[in-house]
Amino acid sequence: MEQLSGGDMLLRALADEGVECIFGYPGGAALHIYDAIFRQDRVHHVLVRHEQAATHAADAYSRSTGLTGTCLVTSGPGATNAITGIATAYMDSIPMVVISGQVASDRIGEDAFQETDMVGVSRPIVKHSYLVKDPAQIPAIIKKAYYLAASGRPGPVVVDIPKDMTAQGKLFDYHYPETVRLRSYNPATRGHAGQIKKAMQLMLAAKRPIIYAGGGVIQGNASAPLTALAQKLNVPVTNTLMGLGAYPGDDKQFLGMLGMHGMVEANFAMHNADVIFAIGARFDDRVTNATEKFCPGAKIVHVDIDPASISKTVQADVPIVGPVDSVLNDMLQILDELKQTMDTEALSVWWAQINEWREKHGILVKPRYDTTSEAIKPQEVISALYEVTNGEAYITSDVGQHQMFAAQYYPFKYPRRWINSGGLGTMGFGLPAAMGVQYAHRDAVVACVTGEGSIQMCIQELSTCTQYHLPIKIICLNNQALGMVKQWQDMNYGGRHSESLYEESLPDFIKLAEAYGHVGVRISQRAELKDKLTEVFAMKDRVVFVDIQVDTKEHVYPMLIPHNDPSGANGSMRDMFLSKTERT
Amino acid sequence: MKRIISVLVENEPGALSRVVGLFSQRGYNIETLTVAPTEDSTLSRLTITTVGSDHVIEQITKHLNKIVDVVKLVDLTEGAHIERELMLIKVRATGSQRAEVKRCVDIFRGQIVDVTASVYTVQLVGHSDKLDAFFQAVGEASILEVVRSGVTGIARGEKVLSL
Repeated sequence: MEQLSGGDMLLRALADEGVECIFGYPGGAALHIYDAIFRQDRVHHVLVRHEQAATHAADAYSRSTGLTGTCLVTSGPGATNAITGIATAYMDSIPMVVISGQVASDRIGEDAFQETDMVGVSRPIVKHSYLVKDPAQIPAIIKKAYYLAASGRPGPVVVDIPKDMTAQGKLFDYHYPETVRLRSYNPATRGHAGQIKKAMQLMLAAKRPIIYAGGGVIQGNASAPLTALAQKLNVPVTNTLMGLGAYPGDDKQFLGMLGMHGMVEANFAMHNADVIFAIGARFDDRVTNATEKFCPGAKIVHVDIDPASISKTVQADVPIVGPVDSVLNDMLQILDELKQTMDTEALSVWWAQINEWREKHGILVKPRYDTTSEAIKPQEVISALYEVTNGEAYITSDVGQHQMFAAQYYPFKYPRRWINSGGLGTMGFGLPAAMGVQYAHRDAVVACVTGEGSIQMCIQELSTCTQYHLPIKIICLNNQALGMVKQWQDMNYGGRHSESLYEESLPDFIKLAEAYGHVGVRISQRAELKDKLTEVFAMKDRVVFVDIQVDTKEHVYPMLIPHNDPSGANGSMRDMFLSKTERT
Repeated sequence: MKRIISVLVENEPGALSRVVGLFSQRGYNIETLTVAPTEDSTLSRLTITTVGSDHVIEQITKHLNKIVDVVKLVDLTEGAHIERELMLIKVRATGSQRAEVKRCVDIFRGQIVDVTASVYTVQLVGHSDKLDAFFQAVGEASILEVVRSGVTGIARGEKVLSL
């Protein structure tokens, strides 16, 4: 058997696991590992400029490929800088392995230089974590870490490795296990057949059904069976922010996103449904509005791999625990066996109602914002982006108004094209995420939709883009303020813009891009929007920072009216602001 | 409503903190917690008493099950079970009180496990309510120090919690 040092075993194990690249940043406690990286060529490494970016890049690499992302950081500040990215991945159930250096095992607990209890600090935001105590265990721990990260409900796993575990000189037998078994961990592999049948009977009997599909469908690679089921039943589909692309966004059965800034037709359909088929979604507070007013007449089927997600905020009538793809395939099969069919008459009444809502309120049917304005509207930037990229780009986003506009106005046709921090809402995610996506898809068009606030949270990564030739297009909707904060201050705080304005302190993004060796393009006239965007995307091998001066007063609508709003009907999914002056 | 949840966890460092962390992280209560290794040295058994609505308890057991180090668990309060708690209590015992305390200990079927001229140290085992009742019987004024083990429990009959 081959004998290797701990550091070499780690790299060999990663290669044997199929890891193509690591996003990372070296430091004292990780130096043995970095030396081992130098000695091999199977695993590539991308040197980021901040550990937070390493986690976001690895996370987005995973989101866009379905593979598990990997990042490597040093102890102490390296590890704590990774925390935001780990929490981001945890909230969105993204498979990721974070390897952190740790001070030598005999120093642990002594407040040694750059010591942080990484296993302790990360505990509430990881699926599991390991502290390596014996170098011989490294291959087995790596195998378990990747298995845990990707199976069941995916999530980040931390492997904390004290420096002496990876030292050169001490050699160990290397063997990479082919299989892994954990007696305490057995995620469901099939849904309960009886429940699946019950769910299908409920759906077939429905008069006003809707499918509410979330990020789990994307993580579970179940877009194809979901689409097949929905189309076979001719049932309307809505996606969560995390689920966009799970069902083709350009299909007529698609009602758009639901929830806080969801489409009126989607939220109305949810509120009026008699059967809600929720799959890979978790009835998040940004979807349901006040749970006590949530969809009063609906029976709920809830399919999820995680039993703890079921009946957490909203009680399910037919709970099904299982992988979404196998459950959907079982459903398709049962559908063939059951002699029952949908009530087509009721369904056509339902569709007529939905189409009426769509005609009246749909933001993609016709613009609901002021099209006569001289200022560039952020919504039309996204529509232009959609047009220029044929709706085929990978779009990453940061967090705020621009994120919601992107989710609303860029109908995603495929899964894994929309990369955003939905659960944690992490500003600074977009640019490093775009790096991870571009690294995984070298020839693809990757655009980061961001704002002048978010982009500054990880802007140092423009340098990483230079080093690794990652020709991302940055679409910065620059409204010179923290737009979403400002919107809430407008709506709920008497228009007092407390600390949400930049007051002409913003950098010249064009010069900034140029300083990093990139191209900067400013768009300030409506008329030039499409042409300039076309030029931007023609520069295929360059990073282009597009600074777009958008209307500073625009709000995101529709918007659910929270249950404590004093001005009228509130709290349910049918209660929405449609503009600054209109409501449902 | 009070629940007693028995949990078998991998006897690994950090396993306990994952369980305890879950409770603080999600805002659940822990009233008592006992931990010790089992006859199988790879497993520890925790007994947690907690209070919450059925919905909260369901979430607690689901989230406990999700912890990778948790091998198996049972909510003892769902069936017939035996629960016990051990208490050591130092009671002032001087003059006429000495006989009085001794009598009380006998009634509660406790044992005096240490004696000085002025203090009895009493050991008492039983249902938590019984321990509470002993407090009242002896009178708070004469109690010098109390330590309780927290609740531990086991199902009645043939039902066992094992792998």
